[in-house]
Amino acid sequence: MTSLPHSHAAGALRLPTTQRRWGRPWQTWQAWKWAPYVFISPFFILFLVFGLFPLLFSMWLSFQSGSISAGLASLEFVGWENYAFALGDEWLWKSLYNTLWLGLVSGAPQHLVAIPLAAFIHTGFTRWRNLVLGAYFLPYITSTVAIALIFTTLLSTDFGVINQGLQQLARIPVLGAWLPQEPLNWMGRAETIKPAVAMVVFWRYVGFNTVLYLAAMQTIPKDLYEAATMDGATPLQQFRHITLPLLRPMMVMGVTLSVIGGLQLFEEPFILTGGRGGTNQSAMTTAMYMFRTAFEFNEWGTASAISWLLFLCIALLTWLTGRAFARGGMES
Amino acid sequence: MSLTRNPVAAMSRATAYATVAIGALLMLAPFYFMFVFATHSRSDIFSLPPPLWFGDALATNLRLLQDVVPLFWRNFGTSVYVALVATALSLFFCSLAGFAFAMYEFRFKRAAFAMVMATLLLPPFLGMIPTFMIMDAFGWLDRPIALYLPGAAGAFGIYLMRQYIASAIPRELVEAARMDGCGEFRIYWNIVLPLTTPALGTLGLISFIASWNSFLGPLVVMRSMEAYTLPLALRSMQSPVNTEWGAVMAGSALAVLPLLLLFMLSSRRLIAGLTAGAVKS
Repeated sequence: MTSLPHSHAAGALRLPTTQRRWGRPWQTWQAWKWAPYVFISPFFILFLVFGLFPLLFSMWLSFQSGSISAGLASLEFVGWENYAFALGDEWLWKSLYNTLWLGLVSGAPQHLVAIPLAAFIHTGFTRWRNLVLGAYFLPYITSTVAIALIFTTLLSTDFGVINQGLQQLARIPVLGAWLPQEPLNWMGRAETIKPAVAMVVFWRYVGFNTVLYLAAMQTIPKDLYEAATMDGATPLQQFRHITLPLLRPMMVMGVTLSVIGGLQLFEEPFILTGGRGGTNQSAMTTAMYMFRTAFEFNEWGTASAISWLLFLCIALLTWLTGRAFARGGMES
Repeated sequence: MSLTRNPVAAMSRATAYATVAIGALLMLAPFYFMFVFATHSRSDIFSLPPPLWFGDALATNLRLLQDVVPLFWRNFGTSVYVALVATALSLFFCSLAGFAFAMYEFRFKRAAFAMVMATLLLPPFLGMIPTFMIMDAFGWLDRPIALYLPGAAGAFGIYLMRQYIASAIPRELVEAARMDGCGEFRIYWNIVLPLTTPALGTLGLISFIASWNSFLGPLVVMRSMEAYTLPLALRSMQSPVNTEWGAVMAGSALAVLPLLLLFMLSSRRLIAGLTAGAVKS
C-alpha cells in the first residue's frame, strides 16, 4: 500500500518506450489510466439502476397518492399526506412497538450470551473449538423459511416438541415451579407470539455474534493475560478488566448490527405467523406492515412513507447506540 | 488455567462445559427434528410423545410434496440456477472491482470506494416498491434475472476481494506484467485471478448461500408458482388447515441439506469470511 505512487510513476514513464505497443494503439493510450474505471463500472451501473434510482423514486412516491396499477399518470402529488396518515395510523405504532419489543428481547440476550460464550470458547476449547462454534453458527446460514417452518412444528400446542420438553422439565422440583404447567398455545395467543418469535431470532443470531466476539478476542495480545496471571488476577478479573474493555469496539459494532437488523425484522415473524402478524397483530413488525400496505392494500404512497419513517427510526436508534457507548466510555 | 487444583473452580469449569455443550445441542436440535420429521407422517409427528428417531415415511413425504407443490423440483431447479448465476456474476464483478481498488491509483478512487461502502448501510426495504416497478417495466417479473442481476456487484464482495488482493498480491507482479505488454484485463484474468482463489472460494460460498436463502427479494418479484424459488415454494405449502407437515419438513430438509454439506466442508473459511468486514474495520 505504501509504495504505490512511486511504482506507478515508474510504470507510466516506461510505457511509451515499449516497442510492442505500437501495434496496439488503444494500449499506447495508457490503458492503466482508464482500466480501473471500467473495472468498477459494473457496481456503479447496477447501483444507479437498482440502488439509487429506487431510493429516489421511493422518496418521490411517498408524496404521491393513487393506485399504481392504474399507471404512473394516475398519481397525484399530495404533499405530506401519506406521512400524516401513517403517523396517525394506530397499526403503524403497534408495529413499531412490536418491532422494538422483538428487537430488544431477541437482541439484548444475544450479546449477553455471546460475550461470555465467546470468552469461554476462546480459553476453554482447542480441539473442539470449530465443532462447537459451528453448531452455534449453523442457524445463521440456514434458510429463514426452513427455520420458521421447523419452529412452527416445534411450537405446536398439543404435540409440539417445545411444549413436550417444557412439560418434562416442569416435573423437576424447584426449577419446575418457574415453568408453565400447561402446554402454551405459542402462536395462538397474543402474549406468547412475541416471546416465541424472539426466541427463534435469538436462536438464529446468537452464533453470529459469538463468532464476532471470538474474532475480536483473538486479536487481544496474549501477554496481557500472562502479565495479569503473574500479578495474581483470577480469570474472572481478567475477563472484567482486560477482555471487556478491549472488546468495546466490537460491542459497538455488534450492537449496531443488531439494532439495524432488528428494526428490519421481517422473515421470521412473516413465516411464523403465516404473513398475517398473528393474533391481534402481536408479531406484525413495521417491515411486515409496510410490505402488506404495498402488496396487499396497494397503497404504494403510504407504504413508501412508512419505509422512510422506518429508515428514520433506524438512523436515530443507530445514532443513539453510538452515543450510549461513547458516553459509557467517558464514565469508565 | 492453573486453577483446576481448586475443587470449586473445577466444578464451575465442568458446569460451564456442560452448559456450552447443552447449548450446542439446543442449537442443533431443530435441525435434527426437521430430518426426523421428514421421515414421519403428519399423524406421527403430532403424536405423544413426538418421534425422536427416524421413521420410514420419507418416500411418502416426497410424493406428498409433489402433490402439494407440483412444481417443487422446478422451483428447486430455479433456486439452483439463480444461486449459480448470482455466484458467478458476483465473483467476476466483485473481483474485478476489488482488483481495481487494490491495484490502481486513479482519480476519485477514495470517493468511489467510500460510496461502495456506504451502500452497505442502505436498508434493502427502502427500494422494495420501486424495484418491483423497475422489474415490471423491464418485463423481468417472474424471471430469474430479476433475482441475480441487482446484487451482482455487491459492496461486501468488493470489500472482501479488495482486502485480499491488496494483502496477497504484490504490486510488482502487476507492474512487471504490464511492462511485458500484458493488457489490463489480461493482467486481471491471467495473473491476479488465479492467485485469488481462496478469497473467491469464500465469496462464492457467501454468495451462493445468500442467494439460496433469500426470501424477501423473490417474494416481491416472483409472482407466479412457475417462477417460485425454493423458499417461496416451501412457504406456499403453509396453509391454516391441513398442512402436510411431513412433506413440509421433507421440503425444508431438501432446502437445508445443500447448506449443511457446504458448511461441513468449509465452516472455518465461511465463518472467517462472513466476519471479515466486522473484524477488519
